[in-house]
Amino acid sequence: MTTANQNALAKYKNNFLKEVEANVEDGHWVKMCMQCGVCAGSCPLGPHWEHSPQKLFMMIRAGKREEVLGSDSMWMCTSCYNCIVRCPRKLPITHIMHGLANYAHRLDLAPKGQPTRDIAKLFWDNLAKTGRVNELKFSLAMYFKDGFGQGVKNAMAMQATGLGLLKAKRLNPMEIIGGHKCKDISGIKKMIAKAREIEDRRRGLA
Amino acid sequence: MTAPIATNQTILVVGGGISGLTAALEAAECGKQVILVEKTPALGGRTAQLYRYFPKMCHPTCGLEINLKRIKGNPNVKVMTMTEVTAVAGSRGDYAVTLKVSPRFVNESCTACGECAKAVQSEVADAFNYGLAKVKAAYLPHAMAYPQRYVIDPSIVGTAEGEAAKAACKYGAVDLGMKEETVQLNVGAVIWATGWRPFDANRIQPYGYDRYANVITSVEFERLADPHGPTGGKLLRPSDGKEAKNIAFIQCAGSRDENYLRHCSRICCMATLKQTQYVREACGDGGKSTVYYIDIRAIDRFEDFYQNVQKDATVSFVKSKVARIAENKDNGNPVLHGVDTEGYHRYAVEHDLVVLAVGMEPEVTGLREQGGLPADIIQDSSNFIEGSKDGGMFGAGAASSPLDVNRAVQSATAASLKAIQVIHKTASTEAA
Ligand SMILES: Cc1cc2nc3c(=O)[nH]c(=O)nc-3n(C[C@H](O)[C@H](O)[C@H](O)COP(=O)(O)OP(=O)(O)OC[C@H]3O[C@@H](n4cnc5c(N)ncnc54)[C@H](O)[C@@H]3O)c2cc1C
Ligand code: SF4
Ligand code: SF4
Repeated sequence: MTTANQNALAKYKNNFLKEVEANVEDGHWVKMCMQCGVCAGSCPLGPHWEHSPQKLFMMIRAGKREEVLGSDSMWMCTSCYNCIVRCPRKLPITHIMHGLANYAHRLDLAPKGQPTRDIAKLFWDNLAKTGRVNELKFSLAMYFKDGFGQGVKNAMAMQATGLGLLKAKRLNPMEIIGGHKCKDISGIKKMIAKAREIEDRRRGLA
Repeated sequence: MTAPIATNQTILVVGGGISGLTAALEAAECGKQVILVEKTPALGGRTAQLYRYFPKMCHPTCGLEINLKRIKGNPNVKVMTMTEVTAVAGSRGDYAVTLKVSPRFVNESCTACGECAKAVQSEVADAFNYGLAKVKAAYLPHAMAYPQRYVIDPSIVGTAEGEAAKAACKYGAVDLGMKEETVQLNVGAVIWATGWRPFDANRIQPYGYDRYANVITSVEFERLADPHGPTGGKLLRPSDGKEAKNIAFIQCAGSRDENYLRHCSRICCMATLKQTQYVREACGDGGKSTVYYIDIRAIDRFEDFYQNVQKDATVSFVKSKVARIAENKDNGNPVLHGVDTEGYHRYAVEHDLVVLAVGMEPEVTGLREQGGLPADIIQDSSNFIEGSKDGGMFGAGAASSPLDVNRAVQSATAASLKAIQVIHKTASTEAA
């Protein structure tokens, strides 16, 4: 168990709602949910997940900490915003879903090997290096994330798309050597470090 | 027309629904002079458009008839129909009010014989039946209308049909030369009993009221259930005229929703519980009502009504706000999609007909912008009228809060008493 997780457990004891309110983006909205079910019924991916937003919000209030933070549902949110638009109480549901995912990730309680989580990590590492996304390296990293053999298979399967992107000049092969970057890389890195420091302090994750 | 004589001892009541009637009568029966203005051609308001009303399931005729009788017999009340307020100047105890009177094209000589209607072929949407049917362009607003006087629709004025209507009237009551008039009045207090309107169901896009014939509103359902309504009291669905037996009711259609109406409309749970009994009345044990709800709010003493409906085997309840409606193209049945809150089960259920329990929106919503509501009026965040800053104007009935008939009448009596106090104060300052 990570120390951050231990600290959070000690601090909020059995009050998971309080913990969510303090640490999850827009978490203070969770108590406003009236359990009408509109978000659950409006989600285009709804039938494919275990926990709809409606259910997650009820689980939070019922103190089901492990089930919520370990759930793979909020990672499945595609940010279509259907639920936000329709929620009669105007809960920023999409943001809460991403906030929950992020918090579970930071406590390392999020499901291992969850593809969205893995891709998000790859994306972040790629971006944080130069302050720009290197699409070629990012695509390759994605192909090869499950090992070399699978990577080759993935690359072969996507070959036509890749060539198409090259032709349309949407992918630059020269990106493989270095690629485009920000002017002030160390400045960007400092900014990110500072932002993280502030956020960690606020959330007690330091 | 001749403008009634009014002074700052007069009370103006705006709106001739059950609340306006009550407020006017309470003041008139205390000896006060009252002018009652109503924008439609007849008194009664939306209560007259109900088939039956809870809790006793009586017909609205009984409540209205007695009030209309009191109005007819009381010389202190002057009724002006087809009249709207266009401006209010001055302050408590001394208002100058401007009224706009639209032409009815039929004068006091009308005996409601109906000969003019027989002479006319054109039809217009029947407002009394929420547009579910059409009426002749010369019409009586509804059977109980007061005044019992026909109306000629402006669309046939200046046409041969208009002339035919005029020629058909033996009493010389059709007057096609009538013009819109402006009337100025002096009054001491104003009661706004302007009531409510059904929330525009088209705005709730996921429910497809604008796209699916068999998705209707609760106010339309009242008209379907009424033997004097467009279907003779049969619950026939709009798409194919088939009798609807398996009917879904969707609660909070527009209400309790930050995107539409913020407030709980308070009466629609009771209205739906009542309407499930229309289904029972029409279909017996063969009918089936399903109520989709967030929570049932059987206000005040109506819990027993709810409990009795719960015992009815033809009625079932699903705790869920329906997320969206689709349509089965083969049979025109609406298909309801959602997730229930008691177990989080996903459902897709077909019904013959869907009734949206639409919310009550104050009729004055948007009126201030058009200049029809004085700047001094205070409205809450849902546009219900709380009163006026100067303390001389009051909201009554459904204009002041989403109320059922019983509570609307109580509210109107209270408003009337407040208006009488304003008049008394004005009289005593003038005497001093
Ligand atoms: C589906 C449904 C079913 C219902 N069933 C029941 C029931 O069974 N029992 C029950 O107790 N209640 C029921 N209600 C509630 C009931 O309809 C209201 O309580 C009642 O209509 C309130 O009366 P009112 O006079 O305040 O308003 P209204 O009936 O709306 O009357 C207002 C009047 O003012 C007029 N007016 C509006 N604006 C102006 C203006 N600017 N100038 C002049 N005149 C104006 C209107 O034309 C109207 O005649 C139901 C409501 C709904 C939606
Ligand atoms: S739509 Fe809003 S109020 Fe309804 S269950 Fe979802 S979050 Fe809660
Ligand atoms: S009375 Fe019932 S249906 Fe109407 S808004 Fe309130 S809860 Fe919803």
